[in-house]
Amino acid sequence: MQIFKQGLSRKRAEKDSQQEKRFQQLITIRRVWRYIHTYRARVLVALGMAVINVVTTLYVLKAIGDAVDCIVGPGAVDFVALIMVLKRIGFSIVIASAAQWTMNLLNNKVVYQVINDIRRDAFENIQHLPFSYIDGHAYGDVVSRMIADVDLLADGLLMGFTQFFTGILTIVVTLFFMFRESVIIAMVVVVLTPVSIFVARYIAGKTYHLFKTQSQIRGEQTGLIEEMVGSQKVVQAFGKEADAAAQFEAVNRRLETASVNAIFYSAITHPATRFVNGLVYAGVGIVGAISVVNGTLTVGILTGFLNYARQYTKPFNEISGVVTELQNAIACAARVFELVDAEREVPDAEDAIADRAPRGDVALDKVCFSYEAGIPILKGISLRASAGQKIAVVGPTGCGKTTLINLLMRFYDADSGSISVDGIDIKQMTRAGLRGGYGMVLQDTWLKTGTVRENLCFGNPGATEAEMIEAAKRARVHKVILRMPNGYDTMVSDSGEGLSQGEKQLICIARVMLTKPKMLILDEATSSIDTHTELAIQEAFLELMEGRTSFIIAHRLSTIQNADEILVMNAGEIVERGRHDALLAQGGFYYKLYTSQFAGDFVM
Amino acid sequence: MRSMLKYIKGYEVQAVLAPLLKMMEASFELIVPIVMKWIIDIGISNGDQTYILHKGALIVLLGVIGLICSVTAQYFAARAAVGFSTKLRQQLFEHIESLGFSEMDSVGIPTLMTRMTGDVNQVQAGLNMLLRLFMRSPVIIIGAIFLSFSIDVPSALVFLGSTVVLAVAIFMIMYTGVPLYRKVQGHLDLILTLARENLTGARVIRAFNKQKEMAATFKREHDTLTDMQLYVGRIMASMGPLTYVMVNIGTILILWVGGVRVQSGDLTTGAVVALVSYMAQILIELIKLSNLIINLTRGIAGGKRVEAIFAIEPKMKKNTPEKSEPDTDISDTDISDTETYDTATSKPAAPDAAHVRFDHVSLSYYDDGEEALSDISFSAKSGETIGIIGGTGSGKSSLVNLIPRFYDATEGRVSIRGKDVREWPLTDLRACIGMVMQRSVLFKGTVRENLKWGNSAATDEALWEALRLAQAETFVREKKGGLDAAVEQGGRNLSGGQKQRLCIARALVRKPEILILDDSASALDYATDLRLRSALAGLEYKPTIFIVAQRTSAVRGADQILVLDNGAVVGMGKHDVLLETCPLYSEIDRSQRGGADANL
Repeated sequence: MQIFKQGLSRKRAEKDSQQEKRFQQLITIRRVWRYIHTYRARVLVALGMAVINVVTTLYVLKAIGDAVDCIVGPGAVDFVALIMVLKRIGFSIVIASAAQWTMNLLNNKVVYQVINDIRRDAFENIQHLPFSYIDGHAYGDVVSRMIADVDLLADGLLMGFTQFFTGILTIVVTLFFMFRESVIIAMVVVVLTPVSIFVARYIAGKTYHLFKTQSQIRGEQTGLIEEMVGSQKVVQAFGKEADAAAQFEAVNRRLETASVNAIFYSAITHPATRFVNGLVYAGVGIVGAISVVNGTLTVGILTGFLNYARQYTKPFNEISGVVTELQNAIACAARVFELVDAEREVPDAEDAIADRAPRGDVALDKVCFSYEAGIPILKGISLRASAGQKIAVVGPTGCGKTTLINLLMRFYDADSGSISVDGIDIKQMTRAGLRGGYGMVLQDTWLKTGTVRENLCFGNPGATEAEMIEAAKRARVHKVILRMPNGYDTMVSDSGEGLSQGEKQLICIARVMLTKPKMLILDEATSSIDTHTELAIQEAFLELMEGRTSFIIAHRLSTIQNADEILVMNAGEIVERGRHDALLAQGGFYYKLYTSQFAGDFVM
Repeated sequence: MRSMLKYIKGYEVQAVLAPLLKMMEASFELIVPIVMKWIIDIGISNGDQTYILHKGALIVLLGVIGLICSVTAQYFAARAAVGFSTKLRQQLFEHIESLGFSEMDSVGIPTLMTRMTGDVNQVQAGLNMLLRLFMRSPVIIIGAIFLSFSIDVPSALVFLGSTVVLAVAIFMIMYTGVPLYRKVQGHLDLILTLARENLTGARVIRAFNKQKEMAATFKREHDTLTDMQLYVGRIMASMGPLTYVMVNIGTILILWVGGVRVQSGDLTTGAVVALVSYMAQILIELIKLSNLIINLTRGIAGGKRVEAIFAIEPKMKKNTPEKSEPDTDISDTDISDTETYDTATSKPAAPDAAHVRFDHVSLSYYDDGEEALSDISFSAKSGETIGIIGGTGSGKSSLVNLIPRFYDATEGRVSIRGKDVREWPLTDLRACIGMVMQRSVLFKGTVRENLKWGNSAATDEALWEALRLAQAETFVREKKGGLDAAVEQGGRNLSGGQKQRLCIARALVRKPEILILDDSASALDYATDLRLRSALAGLEYKPTIFIVAQRTSAVRGADQILVLDNGAVVGMGKHDVLLETCPLYSEIDRSQRGGADANL
C-alpha cells in the first residue's frame, strides 16, 4: 500500500511537472507572440497568400487534367475548350507564383525583423544586467543565446508555423478536390495516407535522436582536437603523439558509427517518400483507369488525380518535421528569454545625484561583501583617501583586491557598510555619475574592435586630434602607434593581434588620460611585460596619478614606495597599513611579502 | 584532389555501387510514366481491366525495387562518405601531430582546427551528395529528355527548350544568391564579435558609461545585417515562383503542341500525360542538381584546403641515429635499439664536462627572416642553474626551445652530453628534458592523468613527491579526490597559479636530466615562488636547470645568467658581476627595485 501510494504520488508529481512544463512553454510562446505582434498584419497577409497559393496550385493540377480531357484522340481535340483551359492555367500560375513570392517576402521580413528586435532587446538588457549575471555566465553561452538561439527560434517558430499551416491546408484542399471528382479514388488515397504518415513520423523521430548523438560526439571530438592540436607543443614536448592519436581514433570511430546512422536514416526519407508516393500513384492509376473503363471517370480527371497523388505525401513529410522543429524552437526561445528578461540591476534612485565634479575624497566604512552567501570576501574594510592621495593595495592572490575595485566602481553593491565619495554615499549617486569620476586601467586590458583612434577616444569622443596625441605621448605610446601599419588608424581588436600586452595597457592608460578623471583605479600587470614597456608603463602611471586620488593594486616596488598609504590585505581584511618604511620596520606580514619578492640572498 | 582518393580504400565497392544503384532507381522511376501511358493508351482504350491491373502491379513492383535499390544506395553512400572522412580525419590528425613547431607557427592553430572540423565535414557532405546524386539527377534529366524524344520530336523540342531555360534560371539564382549568403555570414560574424565584446569589456564599457553607444553600434550593424538578409532573401524568394511559372509554361506548351499532334494522329493522349509527368520530374531534379553542385564546390574547396595541410612536410628529420660504423643490412633503425644505446650513459662521464652546450648558434624562424637568435655560445655544466633574462622578443624562449629541438638552429650547433641534438633520436632527447612552458597547458582528465604525462610509470608516491616540490601538494590534497580530482579542458577549473604548479610538477615527475622553466612562475605569489625555487635547488638528482624570467629576482641565485637583447647575448655571468658589467642587466634590476623613479 505504502509503495503503491508512493508510486501514485510520483506519478502525480510527474504529471504536475509535465503540466508545469506545458505552462512554461505557453508562457514562452506568448512571449514570442509579443514580438510577432508588431508584424501581425504581415503575418496575416502572408497566411492569406499561402491560402491563395495552395488553392491555385492545386487548381492548376486539376486544370491540367481538364486540358487532357480536351485531347481525346485523333480528330477529336476540342481546341476552343483547350485554349480556354490553357488560359485558365496561365492565369492561375501567375496568381499562384505571385502569391508565393509575396508570401516569401513577407515571411522573410517578419523573420529577420523579429530576429533584429529580439537581439536588440537582448543587447539592451545586457547593458543593464548586474555583474553577478555577466560574471556568472560563460560569455560563449550568452553569445550563443543571442545569436544561434535567436536564429533557431525565429526560423523554427515562424517557418515551422508557415509550413504547418500550408501543409494542413494542402492536405485539406487536395482531399476536397479529390472527393469532389471521385469518392472511390479519394478513398484509395485516404486509405494509403496513414502509411506515409507512419513512415514520415518514424524517420523524423529516429533521425532527431541520431543527429543529436552525432552532434554530441562531434562536440566531444572538437574538444579533443582543440586540446591536442591547440596544445601540440606540450604533446610533443612530452612525446605523447601516439597516445593522442589513439585517443583521437577512439572518438573518431564512435563518430563514424553515429554519422553513418544519422546520415543513413535521414537519407531514407526521400526514397521512402518516393515509394509511398509510388504506391498512391499506382493505386490511383489502377482504380482510376478501371473507373475510366467503366465510364465513371475521364482520362483528364485521372491525370489530375495522378498529379495530386504525386505530391500528396510532401505535406505529410513537412508536417512531421515541423513538430520537432517547433519543440526545438520553443526550447531555444526559453533560453533566449531567460536572457532578455533577466533581472536588471537595481536602477539608480530618482533623486540620485548625477553630474558633478568630485573633489576625490573616498571613504569606505566597515564594508562587507561576498559573491556567494556564506563565503565572505571582504570582512569590514574601512579606509579613507583624501583627494590626491595614492593608496597602494598589496596582498596575496585571492585576498580581495579585485573585489575592492568592483565595489569602488559599483560593479557590485556592498552587502553592508558604506562607500562614499566626497561624503556622499555612492548609492545616492547615479552609477554613471560615480563612474564618470573614475579612471580605470585594469590588468586584463580590453580594447574594442576598431581603430587605435576610436579606442583612445572611447571615453572622450569629443577630444581633438592634438589632445589625443598629447595623451598618447604622455602615456608613452605615441611612438608605438606611429610604428603600426596605419598609425592611429590601425585596426586593433580585443584579441589584440600585433600588440603586446604591455602596449595594450599603454593604450588603456592613454584612454584614461583623455578623460581627465579625479579618481583613479589602477591594476598593475603582474608579469609578461618586457622591461622597456614596463618602464614606460611605470612612468605613464606616475604621470597619470599626479593630483588624483588613486587606488593601485600594486605589484611594483616603485609604486609601493611612492604610495601615501599601503593597505596590506589578507583573507578579506586589512591586516596592516602605513608607509613602506614603517611597515618594513614592523616586521610583520608586509615584511614577509616584501622580503620574499625583493630582497635577501636567494637559495638558488 | 587526386591524392585524397586513397582514403576511399576499403570502401571502393560501396562507392561504386551507390551511384549505380541510384541510377537503377532513377531508371525505374523514368519507366513509370511510360507504364501509365500504356495503361491509358492500351488498357483504357481496349477496356482491358486485367491489363490495367497487371501494369498497375508493375508500377508497384518498380517502386519496390526502386526502394530497395535506393535504400541500399543511401547506406553505401553514407558508409563510403563517412568511412572516407573518418580515415581522412585520422590521417590529418596524425599528420598535424607530426608537424614541427615551425610549421605549426606558420599555419596557426585556429586554421588547423578549422581544417580538422569544418573542412573535413564539408568534404564528407560533398562526397555523400556526389555518390547519391551524380548518377541520379543527370540520368533522370537526360533520360526524361531522351524518352520524350522517343515519344514525339516536336513535343520533345518544347520539353528540351523548357529544361534549358529552367536550368539557366536556377543556376543563375543560385550563383548570385550563394556568394551573397556568404557575405551575410561575414556580417553575422561581426555581430557575434560585437556581442562578445560587449561582455568581455563590460567593466570598461560601464566605467566609461558607454552602454548606450555600444547598444547603438549594435543596432546599427544589426540593421545592416537585416537589410542584407532581406536583400538576399528577395533573390532567393524568387526561385520558387520563377521555376513554378517556367515549368507550367512548359506544361501549357506541351499541352498545346500535344493537342495539335493528337489531333493529327501523331500522338496519343497517354503520351501527353507522360510528357507532363516528365516535366514535373525534371524540375525537382534540376533543383537537386544545383544543390549538388554547390555542395560539391564547397566540398572540393574544403578538400583542397585539407590537401594543403597534408602538403606541409615536417622539415625536421625526427631520427637520424648516429652510426659510426654503418650497419650493412639494417636500413630501418629500430628506435628502441638506439634508446638503449643512448641512455646507457645516463650521466656524462666527467662531471665538469659541458652538459648543454651552444656553439655559435643562430636561429631565424623564416627563410631569410630576421634572426631571433644570433651567434649564441655558452655551456652549462651538469647540475648548474642557468638564468636567462631579457625583454619581450629578446629571444629567451627561442633559446630554450632549441634544447628539446622544437626548432633547429639555422647555424651553429646545440649539443647535449657532447652530442649534437640533431643526432639524437628525437624521442630520447625529449624524454630526458622536463619542460614547463610559458602557457600552462593541462588536459581534460584527472590530476593523476595529467601528471603521468611526465612519466607514465610513476607511482602515486612519486606523483605526490613531485607535487610537493612544485608547491602544489596542499591544494591537490584539499581537492576532492586528490590525485583523482577532475581537470577540465584546458584546466579551466584551476587558477593560473595552480595550473602553473601542476605543469611544473608534471615536468618533475619525469625526474629530468634537464629542467627548463620558461617564465613559468609568473602567476605565483612571491612566497610560493621563493619556496619553489628553493625546492628546485634541493633536488637530489641535480638536474641542469634553465630559468627564463622577466625579473632579476628570479635569476639572481643562478650559476650563470645570460642577458639577451635582440637575440644576442649582451651579458653573461653571476648576478653581482652583471650588475657591474652589464648596463642592460643593471637597468632591468633597478627598474624592478624601484630605483628608476627617484624623481618622485
